[in-house]
Amino acid sequence: MRPNILVSVALLVAVVAFGYFLSPDLGSFGITIMSGLFQGMLLFLVASGLSIIFGLMDVLNFAQGAYFMVGAYVSYSVHHSPDVMAAIPDPNIRFFLSVISAVAVGAILGGLLERFLLRPLYARPVFQIVLTFGVAIVMTEAVKFIWSTNPYSWTVLFSLRDQSFQLFGQSFGVYRLVVIGIGFALIILIGLLLQRTRIGIIIRAGVEDREMVEALGINVRMVFTLVFTIGCAVASFGGAIAAPFLGASAGLANLFLLSAIAVVVLGGMGSYAGTAMGSLLLGLALSVMQVFAGKPQIGLPVLASMTPMMLMILVLLVRPGGLFGKGR
Amino acid sequence: MASSEAILEVKDIHTFIGQFHILEGVSVSLPRGSIGVLLGRNGAGKTTTLRTIMGITPPRSGEVRFEGQRLNSMRSFSVARMGIGYVPEHRAIFKGLTVRENLHIAERRSGDFTRKADLIFDLFPDLKRLVHLPGGNLSGGQQQMLAIARALVPDNRLLLIDEPSEGLAPVIIEQLMHAIRRLSEQTTVLLVEQNFRMASQLADRYTIIDEGQSAVAGDMRDLVKDQALIQRYLGVA
Repeated sequence: MRPNILVSVALLVAVVAFGYFLSPDLGSFGITIMSGLFQGMLLFLVASGLSIIFGLMDVLNFAQGAYFMVGAYVSYSVHHSPDVMAAIPDPNIRFFLSVISAVAVGAILGGLLERFLLRPLYARPVFQIVLTFGVAIVMTEAVKFIWSTNPYSWTVLFSLRDQSFQLFGQSFGVYRLVVIGIGFALIILIGLLLQRTRIGIIIRAGVEDREMVEALGINVRMVFTLVFTIGCAVASFGGAIAAPFLGASAGLANLFLLSAIAVVVLGGMGSYAGTAMGSLLLGLALSVMQVFAGKPQIGLPVLASMTPMMLMILVLLVRPGGLFGKGR
Repeated sequence: MASSEAILEVKDIHTFIGQFHILEGVSVSLPRGSIGVLLGRNGAGKTTTLRTIMGITPPRSGEVRFEGQRLNSMRSFSVARMGIGYVPEHRAIFKGLTVRENLHIAERRSGDFTRKADLIFDLFPDLKRLVHLPGGNLSGGQQQMLAIARALVPDNRLLLIDEPSEGLAPVIIEQLMHAIRRLSEQTTVLLVEQNFRMASQLADRYTIIDEGQSAVAGDMRDLVKDQALIQRYLGVA
């Protein structure tokens, strides 16, 4: 087995085994794993865009978390809007529409950011970091201006969000399972897009050598716009499907950003497989550490929030280039 | 065969990289159907000349014309789409992509690779059995063949090839020379080459670049006879 897969599997097994050791019964263990997979998938939705954008364009998009937040607000607003409720009484259809709306808004805002603000700064990496950081702040303040500073809880349920099933004496939410399923489906879908399509081949080639891709007659700037737009749309999609659980609040902008950056680094900068594996690993580690930190004998909740950085340091000690990195 | 019409005209180009004035007046004229070579010592500006033609490091002044059209302000993807293939120094093949993907990515129209596959595998038969391997697994010679093959996928009328023999064994260099000679029957080629023996056997025309300026240009057969000129600018006997 290749070393990157060996280390990844060993870490996954260690995290799951630790979770099992901490759980009093199979039901609690199941809840820990399901919560871990849920967090892992949401992380993936932020980190995948971050990773592909960084790999191709050398841009670390600090606004990626803000797109997640905007997705949650748009989804919440469309689903709870009295006008939309009157026009589309079925909450299931309305939720579907709210997710589509969030993706569209994320894509438009992402495309605008790349085309009009980021493009003039491709020769200035430090300016790009300042720009995306600034855009994140502006988006957060704009959201507070439009929707007020109060957080919103998802109140109008739809059938999937409402259902649960029993396993090992515990109740599991069906919607969590659906989000996990969507996450895995997207991992495969984006992976296939990168491996099988012409645009995927161009993106992988561009990660290696942008100049050569352009010299082959490919307009790399258009590919940048497309990738940036898709990356932001995927983050907004993440916010939209997380909103029925997490609600909509300005805090969402930073909730996954730091963890997503940790995922990109520990997975290997610019590696899509590394990002997928890193998201899964960190999601599970977060969930297990939340259980561990909450134990009365431990009582250190801060341990859970330290997990992304601790896991990143641990991985980098074993593999300095990240799990699937090439030592960049 | 070469015609008198120039497919490429480079006139007195000046190129800067950052604050450094790299090309201080380079002119190159290349007749259609010929093989031209840029000669000169390391750091003379040969690679920068190719990169300037390609639009990667655009000239600050002077003029680059291809089939009469001015290329100066075009980005490199537009230059490539005009019908110019570029094989850079150190090959720049995509190591994480398979050989097939490396060839497919060069398509400008759907089906380019399929149409050119016979020609490519006829010129470089080794590549045929390697199509599923990642480019990074190929030997230096195979990577060079792939880099040239990639430039053949679209219908390019001019190929810019930078140091094709660099770091390769003599037997591989012979294969490459054979391939480039065959290519020149269909397209015009501009080479940068340090290996004078290879350059002298392949090229019809030469331009010597010295300290960022084109010093001498002419017929290759004349240069081969002029040992003093070779010694002065190239330091080879």
